[in-house]
Amino acid sequence: MIDSAPTAVQMQGIHKRFGAVNANVNVHLAVRAGTVHGLVGENGAGKSTLMSVLYGFYRADAGSISIFGQVAEINNADDAIALGIGMVHQHFMLVDTLTALENVMLGAEPHWLLTKASAIVRGKLEALMQSTGLHVDLNALVSDLAVGDRQRLEILKALYRGAKVLILDEPTAVLTPQETLQLFEVLRGLRNQGTTIILITHKLKEVMGLCDFVTVMRAGQVVQELPIADATIEGLAESMVGRKVNMGRVDGEPRKTGDVLLKASGLEVRDAMKVLRLTGVDLQLCAGEIVGIAGVSGNGQSELLDVLSGLMCPTQGTLTLGSGQFNASSWIDPQTARNLGLAHVPEDRHARALVMAFGAWESAVLGHEALPDYSIGPWMAHARMKQATANMMERFDVRPRNPVLFSSKFSGGNQQKLVLARELGQAPKVLLVGQPTRGVDIGAIEFIYSQLRAMRDAGCAVLVVSSELDEILALADRVIVMNQGRIAGELAIADCTEAGLGLLMTGGSQ
Amino acid sequence: MSAPVALPRWADLVLLPMVCLLVALLVAAAVVAMVGQNPAVVMQALVKGAFGTARGFSYTLYYATTFIFTGLAVAVAFHGGLFNIGGEGQAVMGGLGTGLAALYLSNSLPIWAMLPVMLVAGVALGMVWAAVPAYLQAYRGSHVVITTIMFNFIASSLLVYLLVNHLRPKGTMAIESSLFADSAKLPSMQQAFAWVGVDWPASPLNVSLILSVLACVAVYLFLWRSRAGYRLRAVGSSPSAAEYAGINSKHQTLIAMSISGALAGLVGMNEIAGVNGKLILEYVGGAGFTGIAVALMGRNHPVGIVFASVLFGALFQGGAEVTFDVPGFSRDMVVMLQGFIVLFSGAMTYVIAPALASALRLLPQGVRHG
Repeated sequence: MIDSAPTAVQMQGIHKRFGAVNANVNVHLAVRAGTVHGLVGENGAGKSTLMSVLYGFYRADAGSISIFGQVAEINNADDAIALGIGMVHQHFMLVDTLTALENVMLGAEPHWLLTKASAIVRGKLEALMQSTGLHVDLNALVSDLAVGDRQRLEILKALYRGAKVLILDEPTAVLTPQETLQLFEVLRGLRNQGTTIILITHKLKEVMGLCDFVTVMRAGQVVQELPIADATIEGLAESMVGRKVNMGRVDGEPRKTGDVLLKASGLEVRDAMKVLRLTGVDLQLCAGEIVGIAGVSGNGQSELLDVLSGLMCPTQGTLTLGSGQFNASSWIDPQTARNLGLAHVPEDRHARALVMAFGAWESAVLGHEALPDYSIGPWMAHARMKQATANMMERFDVRPRNPVLFSSKFSGGNQQKLVLARELGQAPKVLLVGQPTRGVDIGAIEFIYSQLRAMRDAGCAVLVVSSELDEILALADRVIVMNQGRIAGELAIADCTEAGLGLLMTGGSQ
Repeated sequence: MSAPVALPRWADLVLLPMVCLLVALLVAAAVVAMVGQNPAVVMQALVKGAFGTARGFSYTLYYATTFIFTGLAVAVAFHGGLFNIGGEGQAVMGGLGTGLAALYLSNSLPIWAMLPVMLVAGVALGMVWAAVPAYLQAYRGSHVVITTIMFNFIASSLLVYLLVNHLRPKGTMAIESSLFADSAKLPSMQQAFAWVGVDWPASPLNVSLILSVLACVAVYLFLWRSRAGYRLRAVGSSPSAAEYAGINSKHQTLIAMSISGALAGLVGMNEIAGVNGKLILEYVGGAGFTGIAVALMGRNHPVGIVFASVLFGALFQGGAEVTFDVPGFSRDMVVMLQGFIVLFSGAMTYVIAPALASALRLLPQGVRHG
């Protein structure tokens, strides 16, 4: 039945160049009406460029677009909206200080009198919410809405403007697992009502769960297009990366753990509003093990990482790290932690791990700038820094291998590899890693996993915090689940099931 | 939502400022023409006045010296993530330090001891005047933009109070101190050139010019070669990444502002020790604020600041000459020209850059088709 559906979007022979880079090369894409069409590929594969061409942000150098069988000239987003194309961006385009209703209305006010316009829009929106099941409090300020609500609002906004084709760019990147499930329910409902959905993502599980068709892009070209019934996660991953990838567990013989290298007890953190963020957390990290911290984002994992690395002082608790003993009144600071052999790959790469305005060679010594390797007396040794960066790039396959390029110019995966190269390079005894592969391509994920395992095998105590359960299951030897700032449970990897962990994560017990 | 602008580095550093300057001059020329003057004549008089004679050029460089100090002051604070609007007040305090040291010690100290003491005193007072707002920002959360502005007023009031009530010799009407002894006089460039056998006309230009060049080199070495500068820039570019690296941002705020204030304080060496030989009112005359424009135009880099300072020095000097040479052309017109330059090299850069980028993209194609 789906096969006979008319084509909603037909893109033919799309070419797009940026300087020397071919972002799209002779791309064909056919999206059938009333389907969910997945568009997958690594960062830089050209999927966002293709969608930007469709939405009128870029003009293609060559090629044609038809919408519902009509050849379309799309010069800007207004043209796209007029043709019934709506886009929900990864970073929401909402005005925080306006209400949900005002955001929908913005730029499309149906009446010059605001009260009247609001009434008209409210009536239409309520009908729309009723029919789609997308419910948002229309009177709430956007700044007060949860992330999931904001996304629903973005979708409502697109539908209100008459979108029949909805483009969603990495919609689940910011959502919790529950919110993701809710979103998928809504999207299925929309599809059943006839809306065509294009889903840009790199999470293959979601593609398998939601999409009807999937198109795989690599290096600016379409490498595969197939109905979901013919697709497998392994097959899609392989065509995305261009080679076989192994993202699963690598199990050798059972390992023996060594000495306790980090011991924290009774950690408690209250934020500026005196709200409890972390409470009663006891944690031991031993040499030669990877401990995974699982949990829905915002349940105290970030605070735990910040406290252990010295970025945040707890209100209570003690810490033993190597030869150092610390308590809440004189907590460890990041430099002391580093000197005691602790390395930290922070969750927020952009804000913490790199200085975006610095060249890679300057970011590559951040935190280590006082090491004799990088300085001569009070002066920085530029030649040595650049050489060291080049070595890091070689060892961790950072591309492009250009130490003087600005840190901001590298892709997420390459930035992360650079950070790992820096943090792993000083042979740490304890390694804290937050969201090791957020925004990182599949090919690089495999590499990062192998590096983390190598650190463990070399006798390092590794703590991995991740909101991706698959990642925890692939890496950890022991799993700690956090919920509402507490440790909800601790399991050996052999006892872990996805269902069991999911239950602990949401506050149930096994 | 247009494609990002990517100018080649050479175009970004050389071509773009030139084009901005040119556009500013063209707009200014249009205004000059509108008031009934001949832009070509005005422009010629301006350039000739600023660069045409050794004496004119000396004046240009004398003004530039002060702008280099205040421009560097703004730049160092900027690299630490701070906007120091207090260059004016810090320069006033620097001059006060220099002057007080000279007033009380110049009769008893020889020149080789006197000048360094004046330098240190000026630097120290400029530093203190910036360090207090820095402390308030770092440990009390008072925004440095607000506090440095207020400190400008305090500094100028303090200077007036001291001159009127304490430093003015009894029985004189002029609001200025008595003259320093000769040991407190910084040699002029005329003297300096005479030592190496070069004949140079008399002008206010003095050896602080060399001091300003040294300050440029020192600022460059500090910011881009030293570990302290690395940390300062890390805090300025990304406070959260600096915190992760274990850098104390409060200390860096104090360091950045102290160095900034010290640089502004060096203005006293040019104006008080080099030119006036006594403490007077208004020896800074807005140079602290011009320093903001200079740093903006010079992209907060010492080399850029030198060029921007010479440009602004030339505008001051050339502008003064134009008012003599071209009847009916008032000094306000020169101030307008400065305004245009600040506007076009600052705010309008972001308007001009994309146009320039697309013009450059057309260039190779034009060559190909031609």
